Amino acid sequence: MGNFGQKVDKFMEIFLEQNGYVKVVEGLQNTLLIAVTGLVIGILIGTIIATVRVLPKYKRLPRILNGICGFYVALFRGTPMVVQLLVFYYVLLPILGWQITGVQVAMLVFGLNSGAYISEIMRSGIQSVDPGQMEAGRAVGLSFGTSMIKIVIPQAVKNILPTLGNEFISLIKETSVVSFVGAADLYVAFNYIGSNSYEFMVPYLVMALIYILLVLVITLLIKIMERSLKKSDRRN
Amino acid sequence: MIDVINLKKDFGEIQVLKGIDITINKGDIVAVLGPSGSGKSTFLRCLNCMEDPTSGSIIFNGVDIADMRVDINVHRRHMGMVFQHFNLFQNKTVLQNVMMAPAYLKCKDIKKAKRENRKTQFGNLFRGAQKKELIPIEKTKEQIIKETRERAMELLKRIGLDDKADAYPSTLSGGQKQRVAIIRSLAMDPDVILFDEPTSALDPEMVGEVLDLMKELARDGMTMVVVTHEMGFAREVASRVIFMDEGMIKEEAPPEEFFEHPKDPRLQEFLSKIL
Repeated sequence: MGNFGQKVDKFMEIFLEQNGYVKVVEGLQNTLLIAVTGLVIGILIGTIIATVRVLPKYKRLPRILNGICGFYVALFRGTPMVVQLLVFYYVLLPILGWQITGVQVAMLVFGLNSGAYISEIMRSGIQSVDPGQMEAGRAVGLSFGTSMIKIVIPQAVKNILPTLGNEFISLIKETSVVSFVGAADLYVAFNYIGSNSYEFMVPYLVMALIYILLVLVITLLIKIMERSLKKSDRRN
Repeated sequence: MIDVINLKKDFGEIQVLKGIDITINKGDIVAVLGPSGSGKSTFLRCLNCMEDPTSGSIIFNGVDIADMRVDINVHRRHMGMVFQHFNLFQNKTVLQNVMMAPAYLKCKDIKKAKRENRKTQFGNLFRGAQKKELIPIEKTKEQIIKETRERAMELLKRIGLDDKADAYPSTLSGGQKQRVAIIRSLAMDPDVILFDEPTSALDPEMVGEVLDLMKELARDGMTMVVVTHEMGFAREVASRVIFMDEGMIKEEAPPEEFFEHPKDPRLQEFLSKIL
């Protein structure tokens, strides 16, 4: 470890003088952008799928929708994220003829993928809410959808917030594979620094630290959110 | 007001209701008694289609609400329901619990009327001399919300809980919760309120306050259908008492006759056990 100081110097040189920090900031931006957009799309898709899956099943339409949603979830949970990215970028995009960047593809795929996971999280959340809440909503004349949006889902979200936080954290970490489709994330940035200095120890160490820092900040944010959502709860 | 004709309900293989016929008139207070498993709760839940009847009809204000094509949400606004376990909205304050549904639904009506009016206005451009009339809109959204809030506060004051308006339901006692649940359905100005064992989940000392509020509603002429185990309440307040057993109405009589001269042998046995 005697030359660790040298390695740090080399890293700092590239980081500061050869625009390394620009790459890192850009990578950080992309990482966060992909994870946050992925989460937002995921929550939307997940909530819709979860709602479909808890619909009463004695009519034909809910049954068909339920089948489609089941297929979707099986598809996206059954293949690795990297495979999904590659298929989207190298198979679907050329077929559809869309002109979008790697980052945009990554946002889309992360959204679709986390939608499948969040739908199951959300479903367990919805099922954890007392069925009497839905009944009470229906009894005062609100529709199924309105009772769901105004009464059941807010309570469900409160119950699943820690698990949603988990999902967000794993999304952030999984962004490290988006370089497969040419999106510049943190990994790409530090890899650039590493390959320019022929020295990978410090860059990757710093990268790990940044990821840990990100996750810690997110954990803190979730805790704050949980506390503010718990005001209607006896356990506060 | 409610005509139930040959109402049947199956849960899978088991037939829970085997053909119920009953008429509930305006101002009636009908107490439904019976042993557990007799289908009395199911009967009550069928009245506002919380459980969809398997066959038969429920004519409410001239419309058969057992028909699946009917928009049940419109009719449920005129049919309050009070549950055994209160079912207050946990994520809303007491005041929001009471005013949410009326405020939301009235605002939605206005939105709908406005949309209709825009369509009519557009149509009127092509109608020439015979213009179609617009739906009159008298109040703005803010006015409605203000009015419902005032009405909700008034109701809360009536049960002495106006100081709890901004508290969450989890901080209330059982009796308080049930009274809030009752005025929540009252805030919709319903034609009838259905009570599903409203005092069964309460501590004995809280039963009184809930029954008092129900008696008060009865005095004001509210139509009520009450599934209950409170014989005293049935005797004192009800205008008719129904005994259900094995998914059928075995006896239907005014309270004095019901309790003093029961005819059905099963009812005689039931009363001898509890009185």
